[in-house]
Amino acid sequence: MFSHDRKRRPLGVGLTALAISAALALTGCAANGGGDGGDGEGDGDGGNLAITFLPKNLGNPYFDTSNAGGEEAIEEFGGTYAEVGPSEASPTSQVSFIQTAAQQGVGGLVVSANDPEAICDALNEARDAGVKVVTFDSDTNPECRDLFINQATAEGIAKSQVDLIAEQIGDEGQIAILSASANATNQNAWIELMEEDLAANHPNIELVETVYGDDDDQTSFDKTAALLQTYPELKGIISPTTVGIAAAARYLSTSEYKGQVALTGLGTPNQMREYVEDGTVTAFALWNPADLGYLAAFATKALIEGEITGEEGDSFDAGKLGEYEVGADGVVLLGDPFVFDAENIGDFDF
Amino acid sequence: MTATASETRATRTYTAHAQPAWRRALLTRETAVIVLLMIVIAVALAVVPNFDSPLTVTYLLRDIAPILLIALPMTLIIITEEIDLSVASIVGLSSVMTGILTEAGWPFAVAAITAVLVGAVAGAINGFLITVVGLPSLAVTIGTLALFRGIAVGLLGTTAITEFPEFWTDLAKDNIPGTPIPGIMIPFMVLAVAFGVLLHFTPFGRSLYAIGLNKEAAAFSGIDVGRTKFLLFLMSGTVSGFAGVYFTLLYSNARGDNATGMELSVIAAVLLGGVSIFGGRGALHGVIAGVLLIGILGSALRLAGITSDIINVITGVLLVLSVVSASLLAWLRRRRISAIGKKKGRSATPVESP
Repeated sequence: MFSHDRKRRPLGVGLTALAISAALALTGCAANGGGDGGDGEGDGDGGNLAITFLPKNLGNPYFDTSNAGGEEAIEEFGGTYAEVGPSEASPTSQVSFIQTAAQQGVGGLVVSANDPEAICDALNEARDAGVKVVTFDSDTNPECRDLFINQATAEGIAKSQVDLIAEQIGDEGQIAILSASANATNQNAWIELMEEDLAANHPNIELVETVYGDDDDQTSFDKTAALLQTYPELKGIISPTTVGIAAAARYLSTSEYKGQVALTGLGTPNQMREYVEDGTVTAFALWNPADLGYLAAFATKALIEGEITGEEGDSFDAGKLGEYEVGADGVVLLGDPFVFDAENIGDFDF
Repeated sequence: MTATASETRATRTYTAHAQPAWRRALLTRETAVIVLLMIVIAVALAVVPNFDSPLTVTYLLRDIAPILLIALPMTLIIITEEIDLSVASIVGLSSVMTGILTEAGWPFAVAAITAVLVGAVAGAINGFLITVVGLPSLAVTIGTLALFRGIAVGLLGTTAITEFPEFWTDLAKDNIPGTPIPGIMIPFMVLAVAFGVLLHFTPFGRSLYAIGLNKEAAAFSGIDVGRTKFLLFLMSGTVSGFAGVYFTLLYSNARGDNATGMELSVIAAVLLGGVSIFGGRGALHGVIAGVLLIGILGSALRLAGITSDIINVITGVLLVLSVVSASLLAWLRRRRISAIGKKKGRSATPVESP
């Protein structure tokens, strides 16, 4: 047994060494001759318009919609679209896809980050290799990307919900807020801005209470019921969370308050479709993910072609969406939240 | 089961002299994996765009480095017919320790050494339960897989620690100057050579094969089976702890769920490299080729735009085929040997004759 093993070893070890050195030698040679990435696949004038979209995970209807927007834009300007991504939304699983994009020498990478830090180094290595990096939907630290395409500002989100409820209740009466958890940073920022907007511009609307459904369907449902019992005069509810608004709509749709108490907030079309169709909800807001992807693709193109560098004040053309300007910290704002109602909800599937 | 396996091996040793050395070498599993590896490299170079870039070499070696590291002690463990399923959980635990201690203000080197020691302790716990308490390693390490992962996730929750000294993260990531080869390959080479010498050139290494072939016979011939196995699991834990520090620096990310599922990649590579899951058979150069094969195949397929689900399917098929082909080869050899025996008018396989 052992003598047999020992006889065989030298040839086997030799072959391993040969294989490894062959691999290294071949890649080494190619490295000298092949030019260093980036300018490999450049087609057309000046820029390499191969753009890869990397969502948080694949098979997510929200990203299917946003990436379809990106694909539409890339087709418009004649680039090459690709979509890659992990099956589950974990940060380290995004790293290998970022590395692959860098190896492929794509011109641009559009990423929704699973973690603001974990993919930073990989993104910066890709940028060193000549890839333009744009984040959308979910940002990384500003020093890890060229641009962030922001769906909406806190001010825009707060204002659109106050405007919607004011319109639906005739700009007077009692309203309440059904939020997520009491320590959710973004929710609290929005609620504070809503309170300011209400005090300044809607003196006849009274915010009676803010309750917390903890982003849990059943808790949100129960809190809605409690609100309506506590405040019989309640005219409207704002729920700036997709879980809360759906639970509140479910309660309202089967209660005597259906059509009497207005409900608006942030929701997704697939969750809210039946409540819009049965008249429980008139209109609610979110951003349009298709436009977000479309804008991200055009921003990437502008970076690749050197039209912009990501400096504050740079401006670029974004096809059907018009002209956009880069703000502080390399952030481009899509615009005001998009309002979904009975007219347009049928156009969306996410 | 063990009896049949040792018969096959005994048969092969006996008839080995009937063939020239080069032919015997070509028939081994290690050679088959190395040839397959060279074919995959050649095809990828010819077909996959950008496979021939220095960036590919860098990323590839970086990503497979933790698997390579852990595969070294795993090879020794599987040769003794045991298994360590808890390695990826030890990587996670060590990663979390690195993060927590760094955040608590410890100098990074001290935090890292402590994290490696935590890995060693975890390995010692496995070793204790297996050799002193006498439980099967499969059962013990399934348990500690959950236990160590649970502690790791429990300590840090779902948060991540992402601030590490740049000097150390650079050290983990930077290439050897002038090459596309990451610096991590230097400690890896040292370890690989050390494990190679230990397995193939020392009495300790030979005793591992003896234990894998027949534990009782090994014990009767004076090998301390318990102590040997304890040392192997201690090594496995220590190397996994080291891999955890490396993993943390590579991604600048200490998380409880780091390296989840990596034990399967390691075991797959070891088996693909020709180590028998029934113990007693295998060589380290085959394992290194196995790790490279899985890594290069994955990298080339990703570059070619194949989705990760399909890559998993391909790696799975490859693994099953490699296990099936091992049995098939053994069966073919037995047939050929008995045919030779009949021709010569006597049995060349005394062990096998009824």
